[in-house]
Amino acid sequence: MTDRLSTLDAVTPTVWSSPQMQARIRRRYRQERLFKYTGIAALALAAGFLLFLMTSVISDGWTSFKQTEISVPVVFDPVRLGVTAEQAKADPTLLRRANFPGVLADSVAKAHGDEVEIVSDGGWLALREAVEADPALIGKTVPMWVIATSNIDQLAKGRIDLDADEGDRPVNDAEVAAWKRLEAKGDIRTVLNTTFLTSADSVDPELAGIWGALKGSFLTAIITLLISFPVGVLAAIYLEEFAPKNRWTDLIEVSINNLAAVPSIIFGLLGLAVFLNTMNMPRSAPVVGGLTLALMTLPVIVIASRAAIKAVPPSIRDAALGIGASPVQVVTHHVLPLALPGMLTGTILGMARALGETAPLLMIGMRAFLTSVPQGFTQPATALPVQIFIWSDNVSRGFVEKTSGAIIVLLLFLLMINSLAIYLRNRFEVRW
Amino acid sequence: MAGISVNRANLIRTIGLGAAAVALLASCTDSRTQIRIVGSSTVFPFTTVVAENFSRNNPEYLAPIVEATGTGGGIKLFCDGVGSRFPDVANASRRMKPGELADCQKNGAKDIVEIKIGIDGVVLVQGKKGAPFNLTLRDVYAALAAEPFGKKQTAKTWKDVNPALPATRIEVIGPPPTSGTRDAFNELYMVGGCDTDPAMKALKKTDESRHKEICNKIREDGAYVEAGENDNLIVQKLGTNPTAIGVLGFSFLERNMDTIRDVPIDGVPATYQTISDFSYPASRPLFIYVKAQHVHAIRGLREFLDEYTSERAWGPGGYLQRRGLVPAPDDVRAENRARAEALTPLTKGDLE
Repeated sequence: MTDRLSTLDAVTPTVWSSPQMQARIRRRYRQERLFKYTGIAALALAAGFLLFLMTSVISDGWTSFKQTEISVPVVFDPVRLGVTAEQAKADPTLLRRANFPGVLADSVAKAHGDEVEIVSDGGWLALREAVEADPALIGKTVPMWVIATSNIDQLAKGRIDLDADEGDRPVNDAEVAAWKRLEAKGDIRTVLNTTFLTSADSVDPELAGIWGALKGSFLTAIITLLISFPVGVLAAIYLEEFAPKNRWTDLIEVSINNLAAVPSIIFGLLGLAVFLNTMNMPRSAPVVGGLTLALMTLPVIVIASRAAIKAVPPSIRDAALGIGASPVQVVTHHVLPLALPGMLTGTILGMARALGETAPLLMIGMRAFLTSVPQGFTQPATALPVQIFIWSDNVSRGFVEKTSGAIIVLLLFLLMINSLAIYLRNRFEVRW
Repeated sequence: MAGISVNRANLIRTIGLGAAAVALLASCTDSRTQIRIVGSSTVFPFTTVVAENFSRNNPEYLAPIVEATGTGGGIKLFCDGVGSRFPDVANASRRMKPGELADCQKNGAKDIVEIKIGIDGVVLVQGKKGAPFNLTLRDVYAALAAEPFGKKQTAKTWKDVNPALPATRIEVIGPPPTSGTRDAFNELYMVGGCDTDPAMKALKKTDESRHKEICNKIREDGAYVEAGENDNLIVQKLGTNPTAIGVLGFSFLERNMDTIRDVPIDGVPATYQTISDFSYPASRPLFIYVKAQHVHAIRGLREFLDEYTSERAWGPGGYLQRRGLVPAPDDVRAENRARAEALTPLTKGDLE
């Protein structure tokens, strides 16, 4: 016996002071430190990527919330306009065809010269709005702030490297000179870009807005949520609580897991074939986008909801059944409220993925050029990620900041929806 | 037991309501109140400008919807039928094929109006400091293809391509693949040069995908430099590098005549005249197709056509020219405007 112990001692020393033991302990600590540092390094790398993304998006995009305007004393000459104040008062529709672009061009040329274009192609729209509000302006000279061209806008925001050769920058020397003259006279100002926040797409970056796409995303998300949440939760409850365990339910389970991994473009093709070609629903409409994205989100919600239902302790079901509750009462009074937070988490994940999705929307025509904001579920619309995709493709330099601006809006939108969902989850959270 | 049945009834009612809501949403396919346009991505930037100007000038109508689906895909959607579900206008960077017209007519879209909106010119240019160059479509293709005529690309200098050309390094600065100009360059120069070889033309009939690969693929060893989106940069680079050749839309050549000049192709210089009468080999007309039946049914379509065919849009100095469209000659514009006004339908004979 003693012999055996002494030999064991010699082979595997467990005495703390022995050098072998000390070496092992050192190695173990080293491994733990290494593991900890690898974890920290992974976190730092992820944080670094996020920081890089955020800084580049924000530094590129924050100026898109600002807009450059030029002061122009506008001469509302009734002859050039083709409408007099009396005519306009009698029939406001005459103003629709009035020559506002000509009036603005003349006024700009008079005040600032006409060597280069400094006001936007759509700058005259503000003039029409003003006269429609007050026809008495015709015949008067009114100082107005008019939206500048994208090039002047980029100059005023300091986005152009003035030290570069003329050929290496997107604006020419004449435009730089015009901008400097305006700055010297104080006829230029930078204000909050209400155009960007309230209008839809445009061919001119200075007139393009994000509201159309944001509203399109919002309408699409409502449809997606209205369909995928109840259907997903009901499917999960049935499968977990009521369905018999047989080959069919196994098959359904495998199919759902499979669907959750199917690339989104396939759902786009499905939406195109079913909703547009078979059911003849309108192309480019948020209702179709919402239905398509709901198909895509459903499996995610079903899986998450089933996991949440599984996590409800069986003792709660047993207790409820034991005091005489029916199976439906068990589900609606006990299981569902307890599983709801988990279901909401799954829904958030699914909705976040749906909101960032582009490919299926391209298939059903939500990649359209729209200058008007969608007014309903069946009106043509586009969505935020698609708008980002369209703008990033645009050759105009002014769209670079608009693209980043749209990304900021998308991130804020996601943040808002996620916070709402987290708030709801915490409200419903029940501890036992 | 009563509790269960009530709850079950509730559950069924809830599900029923949900289904009814879905059905209601699905049935909201009311008739359309705005113009819907599909088709070519080359024509897309021009049509969107017209659409935007149209909605500015006619605030009583909703803004048109323009979708870039490509010419072929657009014409297919367009020809699927008449009625509010189908587009009113198709953008096309080529003429409609007789088969497509037949499809249209078979599906009920009997009267299709063809409007030539202008001309797209993709020109080769060089810096003014360099010795004047003269190229043929075949030279351009042989110098830039990844596999010229299906063989390995070995040309380093223009002399390797054509002994008549100088022994300067091949360096062509052009647009990236995302650009519409690049598509036009591929179609007009690369495929055009490729098809100068009868063997390649024959290949198109036997193996279209191989023909596409041989004729469209540009070499990636640095001879073709992608200049990004800044066309000014191409002009600037050509100014400092006299031996380089640039690929630009015609409107850019016109605006930078002080630093660059055109490279004649097959002996034809790129001028306003040669592009608008198609003697310059790299010019092609752009079209829109309109369903005459829809002009009477869709609000604003008549006015949209008026805007498109107005002189301030497609005329010389019009806003489309500022976006890079070469205006068609006066008589062509007049003829097409008349066609748009009278809604003269296209016939099979016109396309043959």
